[in-house]
Amino acid sequence: MRAQDLLRPTAAGLYSPRGDFYIDPMRAVDRALITHGHSDHARPGHRSVLATRETLRIMAARYGPDYAQSMQTARFGEAIAFNGVTVTFHPAGHVLGSAQIALEANGMRVVASGDYKRRRDPTCASFEPVRCDVFITEATFGLPVFRHPDASAEIGKLLASLRQFPERTHLVGAYSLGKAQRVMRLLREAGYDRPIHIHGGLAMLTRLYREEGIDLGTIRPATVEGGGRLVREEFAGEIVIGPPSSFAERWARRFPDPVDCFASGWMRIRQRAKQRGVELPLVISDHADWDELTETIRDTGAGEVWVTHGSEEALVRWCSLNGIAARPLHLVGYDEEET
Amino acid sequence: MNRFAALLDRLVLTPARNAKLRLMTEYFRTTPDPDRGYALAALTGDLDIPSVKPAILRALAVERLDETLFAYSYDYVGDLAETIALTWPARPGANRPPGLGEAVTRLQAASRMEGPRLMEQWLDALDATGRWGLIKLVTGALRVGVSARLAKQAAADIGGKPVNEIEELWHGLAPPYADLFAWLEGRGDRPVSKAVAPFRPAMLSHALADNELDLISPADYAAEWKWDGIRVQAVREGNVARLYTRTGDDISGAFPDVVEAIGFEGAIDGELLVGARGESGFAAARFADLQQRLNRKTVSPRLLASHPAFVRAYDCLVIDGEDLRALSFRERRKRLEALLARAGGERFDLSPLVPFRDANELRALRASPPEPIVEGIMLKRWDSTYQPGRPKGPWFKWKRHPHVIDAVLMYAQRGHGKRSSYYSDYTFGVWTEGENGDELVPVGKAYFGFTDAELAEIDRFIRNNTENRFGPVREVTHLPSRGLVLEIAFEGIARSNRHRSGVAMRFPRISRLRWDKPPSEADRLETLEKLIPDDRAFTAPVRGIGREPADTHIRRGRRSP
Repeated sequence: MRAQDLLRPTAAGLYSPRGDFYIDPMRAVDRALITHGHSDHARPGHRSVLATRETLRIMAARYGPDYAQSMQTARFGEAIAFNGVTVTFHPAGHVLGSAQIALEANGMRVVASGDYKRRRDPTCASFEPVRCDVFITEATFGLPVFRHPDASAEIGKLLASLRQFPERTHLVGAYSLGKAQRVMRLLREAGYDRPIHIHGGLAMLTRLYREEGIDLGTIRPATVEGGGRLVREEFAGEIVIGPPSSFAERWARRFPDPVDCFASGWMRIRQRAKQRGVELPLVISDHADWDELTETIRDTGAGEVWVTHGSEEALVRWCSLNGIAARPLHLVGYDEEET
Repeated sequence: MNRFAALLDRLVLTPARNAKLRLMTEYFRTTPDPDRGYALAALTGDLDIPSVKPAILRALAVERLDETLFAYSYDYVGDLAETIALTWPARPGANRPPGLGEAVTRLQAASRMEGPRLMEQWLDALDATGRWGLIKLVTGALRVGVSARLAKQAAADIGGKPVNEIEELWHGLAPPYADLFAWLEGRGDRPVSKAVAPFRPAMLSHALADNELDLISPADYAAEWKWDGIRVQAVREGNVARLYTRTGDDISGAFPDVVEAIGFEGAIDGELLVGARGESGFAAARFADLQQRLNRKTVSPRLLASHPAFVRAYDCLVIDGEDLRALSFRERRKRLEALLARAGGERFDLSPLVPFRDANELRALRASPPEPIVEGIMLKRWDSTYQPGRPKGPWFKWKRHPHVIDAVLMYAQRGHGKRSSYYSDYTFGVWTEGENGDELVPVGKAYFGFTDAELAEIDRFIRNNTENRFGPVREVTHLPSRGLVLEIAFEGIARSNRHRSGVAMRFPRISRLRWDKPPSEADRLETLEKLIPDDRAFTAPVRGIGREPADTHIRRGRRSP
């Protein structure tokens, strides 16, 4: 049995010839196994979808209830067979509902990690390493420059700035699924108890997180109609969270002299922050950093590593320095924006 | 060190001046001596520490990381200091992170060999931001967008003192400025300046608004030409003579010809110009010629001969040990004239007063000055004392009408802070003959000169006429038939080999929006080229020392003697 018979890269994404299904396919297929709800991994229009309960919910919330013809819930650790390929889902620690998918047949095990991180995240289940022969890892932050600092210390920077500039709105850019809610939860853990204001683009998924039992405190819409002095004063010294793209929108003008903040692993690089006009970068990432990537490769015990989206060549280089066979997959279609 | 680095990290991304001030003031208020003093010195460019070569740090970094991985990282980050800071494997607990003061004093005492060893220990102990700040500190310019003046202002703010009091003391103080901070916090006396031939903060003028012309009468105001050189202060005290810019930078090293010629005891305020003395006095050359002499530490004999410098004096602050600043301009002017007649020497002349009867005559004088080096008229109240800073009322500058051209908006970039949701930085171009007929070539960038309402209109136009996006930059439609014509005002123009168009403007800003004009009717590059004074080769205007306050650049190292 070769790993390629279990799983191989194709133009539509990772495909299992033996099991006849795709993982996170880029276009509509007959049978799709979905690792998590980010739109570049979970696309609508497949005939049947297998994913965790939370991921199915997120897809339904984003694409409407008819996003696929049939949906099947995968429970962590529960074996499901497709043509002799045994599939199990394991927590990936990336966002709510995110999973790694393990495929097994004839004693050969391949794990597709999807996106993952090893850090603590109070809004989702923690990553569990799965021993395997072939490990497929993401490499979004696959360079040794990316070593994420402690997320709660980054939240501390935000709160310190709020004390220094109490008359300015702190506008925090955060991706709408996962990062935004994690920032809210981290703020609550840091003892911040004022209402948090959100852009309309975050409302639906934030509500979903709360319904899943994640306590985010008082959340209010920041999309008040009207404008004018009253509204501006109302937002002085408040935290407003919106999708990163919302800063460039006219929407952002309602806030008094905003401090543009951005919660993303990319903010580790000053030039990135500068280019985006970010005044207060918050290095908070839902992806594994360099140390987590290399640690995870070791933890899986995999003899072979396939590297997808991100800085493939650096991680492949690290594997070869450490005597692990590795190759880049060059899958296309995964987006750096949803990080 | 981690705290200072966190301050730098915040400053480098903070565009607004007041926000920078607040960040620095809070740092000075909450950081003990001597760290805050060394921080102030680092920010003003007065910290003298032996530098560690970036190549040495790079070598230390690749001892810890595979060279290929380092190369991938450097390629991605693009900045060596940041790459080393980010890839350096932390060894928490290995060593104690150094305080800023500790790092500075130990580096000052270290030999050339010991420096890199110290750096290694500290890089192990610091966090990523701390490592970045330390590397910036030892490898050169901080470049965090803070001028020396702004840093001093922040220090002054902790004691509610005027920044000019610090400026006045500055040259007699040395890091870590413990006595200065004690005074600012009300715990000690005002430090006594021990400097010889110190700089004294300059008095600055406001631009004259159109409706203020009526205030000007010859009974109240004296008029002088405004020279297009750089404002300087020439000082001698005993054997020590110095030449300062208007911000207090010592440029004596670049102008030994002028410094040696300071034959009087005192402090003179005047304009530094380039030109040879003829029978009828000095013939001042253009600003571009003066630029040949600026931004240098030393000067070659050849340049001294081809570009001799002189000072055209217009005020005096001290003569023979007597502080004259509390006297009226009328009285100071008399003293200045007497001084120059007695001891002006080879490199000083007097900026003449310009007699006028009324506002109309002033207007005519301003429109047709006697020499091209005149860039306008200065108006000074006869009774004005010499007040440091920029008091409103006693002194006005009234510049000549700027040059104006019509250009086409080509690219727009989002602004910062209050303007971060607006496209407020504009690259504009003019027509020139290209390979396939006429094309627009970018000639400059402008980001002010418009009202808030106009900004909103331009922003709307940009959003509705975007051709391409490159990160924060949008390419805006600029066809002969469709696009936005901007009337651009600017102070001067020179040849430049750093710009594709071959020209560089000084101080461009938007003076009007020409919604009425199709882009095809905008100006051509040839029109701009005709405005270039003459065709001798010279360098592009760069932000020079002593001109408009430049908040963006700081230099490291002690002032030259």
